[in-house]
Amino acid sequence: MTLLWLLGSVLVIGVLVWLSWGHPFPLIQTRGDIANRQRDLLFFATLLALLVLLPVYFLIFTFAWRYRAGHRKEYKPEWASHKGYEALWWGIPIAIISVLAVVTWVTSHSLDPFKPIASQQKPLHIQVVALQWKWLFLYPEQHVASVNEFAFPVDRPVELTITSDAPMNSFWLPQLAGQIYAMSGMSTQLHIQANARGDYKGVSSNISGKGFADMRFTARAMSRPEYGAWLLHAVDTGNRMDMTAYEKLAQPGVSKTMFFGLDDTGLYDRVILKYMAGSTEHTQNGMKPTDADQPSPTKSSADEGMDMTHMEGM
Amino acid sequence: MMLANLLGQMEWSYFWHGWVQFGGQAGTVGGALLVAALLTYFKKWTWLWREWLTTQDAKKIGVMYIVVATVMLLRGFGDAVMMKLQQAIASGHSSGFLDSEHFQQIFTAHGTIMIFFVAMGLMFGLINLVLPLMLGTRDVAFPTLNSISFYLYLAGVVLVNLSLVYGEFGAVGWLAYPPLSELAYSPGPGVDYWLWSIQIAGIGSTLSGINFLVTILKLRCKGMTFMKMPIFAWSVLGTMMLVVVVFPILTATLFMLSLDRAMGMHFFTADLGGNAMMYINLIWAWGHPEVYILVLPAFGMYSEIVATLSRKRLFGYTSMVWALMAITVLSFLVWAHHFFTMGAGGNVNAFFGIMTMVIAIPTGVKVFNWLFTMYKGRIEFMTPMWWFMAFVTTFLIGGATGVLLAVPAIDFQVHNSLFLVAHFHNTIISGVVFGYLGGIAYWFPKIFGFRLHERLGKAAVTCWVVGFLVTFIPIYILGFMGATRRLDHYDPSLGWQGLFIVSGIGTMIIGLGVVFQLLQIGVSIWKRHELRDQTGDPWDGRTLEWSVPSPAPHYNFARLPVVTTRDPFWEAKQQGTSLYPSEYTAFELPKNTGLGVLVGGFACVFGFAVIWHLWWLAAVAVAGVVFVLVRRTFDDVVEYEVSAAEAKRLDAHAGKAVV
Repeated sequence: MTLLWLLGSVLVIGVLVWLSWGHPFPLIQTRGDIANRQRDLLFFATLLALLVLLPVYFLIFTFAWRYRAGHRKEYKPEWASHKGYEALWWGIPIAIISVLAVVTWVTSHSLDPFKPIASQQKPLHIQVVALQWKWLFLYPEQHVASVNEFAFPVDRPVELTITSDAPMNSFWLPQLAGQIYAMSGMSTQLHIQANARGDYKGVSSNISGKGFADMRFTARAMSRPEYGAWLLHAVDTGNRMDMTAYEKLAQPGVSKTMFFGLDDTGLYDRVILKYMAGSTEHTQNGMKPTDADQPSPTKSSADEGMDMTHMEGM
Repeated sequence: MMLANLLGQMEWSYFWHGWVQFGGQAGTVGGALLVAALLTYFKKWTWLWREWLTTQDAKKIGVMYIVVATVMLLRGFGDAVMMKLQQAIASGHSSGFLDSEHFQQIFTAHGTIMIFFVAMGLMFGLINLVLPLMLGTRDVAFPTLNSISFYLYLAGVVLVNLSLVYGEFGAVGWLAYPPLSELAYSPGPGVDYWLWSIQIAGIGSTLSGINFLVTILKLRCKGMTFMKMPIFAWSVLGTMMLVVVVFPILTATLFMLSLDRAMGMHFFTADLGGNAMMYINLIWAWGHPEVYILVLPAFGMYSEIVATLSRKRLFGYTSMVWALMAITVLSFLVWAHHFFTMGAGGNVNAFFGIMTMVIAIPTGVKVFNWLFTMYKGRIEFMTPMWWFMAFVTTFLIGGATGVLLAVPAIDFQVHNSLFLVAHFHNTIISGVVFGYLGGIAYWFPKIFGFRLHERLGKAAVTCWVVGFLVTFIPIYILGFMGATRRLDHYDPSLGWQGLFIVSGIGTMIIGLGVVFQLLQIGVSIWKRHELRDQTGDPWDGRTLEWSVPSPAPHYNFARLPVVTTRDPFWEAKQQGTSLYPSEYTAFELPKNTGLGVLVGGFACVFGFAVIWHLWWLAAVAVAGVVFVLVRRTFDDVVEYEVSAAEAKRLDAHAGKAVV
């Protein structure tokens, strides 16, 4: 019987290893500083958990075997309390959790997605809008926009500011930095930096309607010349991104990769402002155009009351 | 025009969605018709009404909860099978057999049904079965309210199944986050079905919470001080405190979302001052304690099972009580760990993360206390003990992955991934389901007077454990491969398909476990005379419920017990003393009433009316509820008396009746 269990377990584990071998493990095969540290933390916490788990597994099987009825080992039906033992198993978990709590406190701050990555280089600023069911990337400084793909130079920190003009999504880029929610009328941030050139896959990890499963994007970490060429190519397509083009793009539907020159550098702020109180009416297929005369807010004023960094201590 | 107003938003087109959906419609309607036909053929309608539907006996209400929850378990499991099949085949160009909208409805229904209508149903069912017996009382504090609670739960069940026949279900995930669940993005009746089915059932839960809380506080038998209560009663106390505090939050939150959807308000819309993130906070302020509402009674059941079947006192009773209460309080302080990724900042995330891992401390203490209950015991490996072993060995993985998820910096990677999905199935299946199934195996003889078949029970445990591992280990792995939850199809280059197929095979093994259990019940009924529990004490039990004959009489105790210690029945057996006074006294029992059926029926009609905007019908239903409740206050005689002599006579015959 035991042999059967053993063989079965080995078989199942073997099949699982065979099935997953050689396939991408983005959470483990990380290529960015933040994701590397998240992965290391995962390993550390796992080891810590095993410190409790392994003794418990050992004890339960030992006790179950040793004290099974009919085995006639020592029997103490009234023995039901021992201050010392109980102190031990309040104490050990408290000690382990204390260690983990300190680590948690430190890493919650050091790996906060809103925290800029320390670097000699000036961060590249890219704005992200989650739409039904595609990702729009805006480069206000480079006057470029793209859909479902964005590029940036390797080893340079990138500051992503993220909002949504759709149901809530979560922008997840596992090989570089984890994820953050994309929410209408609010702006969140994710700081990434790739340590190696490559195309990294990202998805929306929060259900947002019919086309949710296709809401994927590629983050392309390039050498500087490649990145320059990528920007030029986007402008060369002749497509222009402005409010009119945006309205069209925002219609529900899955999209292929697209590139644009960005005419309206205040587009991101306008998308957020649509949701501010009473300004416009929300319709099912996205938003009615905002008032063109509305002043494009500077970043800091637009953030009032919607940037989650101000909600700390909430 | 007039007719259009009368029919609200109802349209013929909601009857037809496609052949796959037709299967669900046919199954639901066919099942209902089959049951009705059988009842008619065997002329059992009167019996059903008199013996079951109008009963005020907590044990019978408990059995009805468990029967309904089992039916819903089959439906929720069917949903799971469809999802697994879809994910096993929908790689690359194959889009599977479900379109994304339907797939999303299925996983929404799966989560909603499993939590609200299976886990909650089994929990209230089991508590109804054993709590009054354990406390040495004849009934719950408010028997009629208890029956109303059940029918509100049943009303929710009916609505959720009705959505399968006419209309659609929400395609928004089991907690229906706005703005997706708002009218702007989900204009159909699906979210309304979701809203009103759990709204009505949730009100029933609140009422049950009050009922059991008062029962524990006021109706313990003579001598049973708090520190002499069985640990299961403690776990129910913690649970009901949580229910009473958090279910009103759910009610209010759902009500606000309903107002948004039906009346054009803006509590949670993205625009016009609404704040969708407030909903997410509120729903988890209910939702996290809800997890503990489900698992605490299971912890209580494990405690009873492990002590009884180790033939030993529960180790560290006082520690256990403290641990239970610590978990109860801490469960209020962790809700934001469900959305670290909202970006509330380091301080908030660190606080909620640390509070979450602190819960691992009392939980760990409980595990060690259980282990040391086994230590130097004489462990009888009967089916309930198998469930306990299944629980500890698999739940540990769920606990550990929970601690990983509690670290915000890790959660930023695994949030909403299949790793998360594997984690919470790991806690709910190992912690909650194994506990309830163990509880059913353990208390079944007390309620029905015969034991469940042992070998089939053990076969079921084995299939559940193996099936669980084969299903969810691949799901954990898929999380690390970057698979998010709720995907109806995926790119073949990711290499996920093989693991999804293995996971599907695991689900089939769980299905085999379910089959074994149904078979076990069938075979046990068949062989009920062989399996008969003659003594009323099949496990050599420790607590009061084992001191009465099996099946437990409808009045529970002919004479109310008096206890002086913990494990009173065990002590009484050891010392050859009696728990009962020698004199019989008269007592009163509640008369049967159809009030619960009427309230639940009107509530169900009300839910249906609001979902389809049939405002006139909603008004009629509200008037109906008010009328039957007011009418009830005119019933002067709602109880009947059992005289002392009658009590003595009943006692002499108790447990002798052949089932």
